[in-house]
Amino acid sequence: MKVVIMGCGRVGAQLATLLDKEGHQVTTLDVDAYSFRRLPPEFGGTALIGNGVDEEALKKAGIEEADAFVAVTQGDNRNVMASQIAKHIFKVPKVICRIYDPLRRDIYSLLGLEAISPTTVFAQMLKEKLEG
Amino acid sequence: MYIIVVGGGRLGYYLTKALLDEGHEVLIIEKDATISQDINNELGSVCLRGDGCEAMTLAQAGTNRADMLIAVTGEDEDNLVACQVAKYKFQVPRTIARVRNPKNESLFKQLGIDVAVSSTSIILEHIKHEVPTHPLMHLLTIQEKGLEIVEVTISPESTTVGKQVKELSLPPESILSLIIRKERKPTVPTSSTTLHEGDQIIAVTRPESVEALKSALTGS
Repeated sequence: MKVVIMGCGRVGAQLATLLDKEGHQVTTLDVDAYSFRRLPPEFGGTALIGNGVDEEALKKAGIEEADAFVAVTQGDNRNVMASQIAKHIFKVPKVICRIYDPLRRDIYSLLGLEAISPTTVFAQMLKEKLEG
Repeated sequence: MYIIVVGGGRLGYYLTKALLDEGHEVLIIEKDATISQDINNELGSVCLRGDGCEAMTLAQAGTNRADMLIAVTGEDEDNLVACQVAKYKFQVPRTIARVRNPKNESLFKQLGIDVAVSSTSIILEHIKHEVPTHPLMHLLTIQEKGLEIVEVTISPESTTVGKQVKELSLPPESILSLIIRKERKPTVPTSSTTLHEGDQIIAVTRPESVEALKSALTGS
């Protein structure tokens, strides 16, 4: 599977590493080259400097042939915009978007974006731990 | 009209001032506490402090009764989200977004924003206007009808100089509405009007036919 991951923070880098180990073709995109330090030396994918809300940068990252796109930058709005470009302009079959704000997540879920709110997921997990 | 402006930077500030002068009810949403305070001191209580991309803030602002939302922060993605939340969550009839990257103009329209304004494109058009070598200029876009009004200048090199309008192969749905010729009154061209060097032709066409129209009129 060809995957483009936007945002090479802790989550993005770890996801890229996991998928790369399993033999997937991974391209990670970040505006800051310093973020790529989080990738292990044996990482076999591509690391590209670029802004994922720019169609040109996404094309360079191979979005046109990608099977999946994941947006995990710190900015909810950036993730939302890049995911919509991936889904509606480049017709990537699988698009997943991180949205911290639960309300915004609900709106975009209704608009057909596969969006995960770590806030909701983690709060729920903590609650279960406390009760368990 | 009740108009919500997202972003209290210079653009948001002067826009609000102008809209208030026109007698509209206006509310600015601004994240920064100091800026928000300054606006309230200067313009009266018109600024709500908060994130205009958040549904909660927009609910507080009474977005469900707004006639229009204009997002003019410095970030394209923030303007996109503010407009989408307003449109899809609060059913605001008209949303306008400022875009910095001119490529986002068409993207935003595809994503449901009613109007995307690119200051870059506007300034570029003005520069083209000042540079006389550019044969084509966009004068007005009528979005609802899908029409463009353009101005084409016939240069000395144009192979159409001396030809009649009926000899030109104009793209479909294109109408030449006016010819402005030096030292003469503007006239409405007929099929037998002959093109002269320096003629400025005002035409109505479809956005996709603009280039074809330019070629037909200038022969290049």
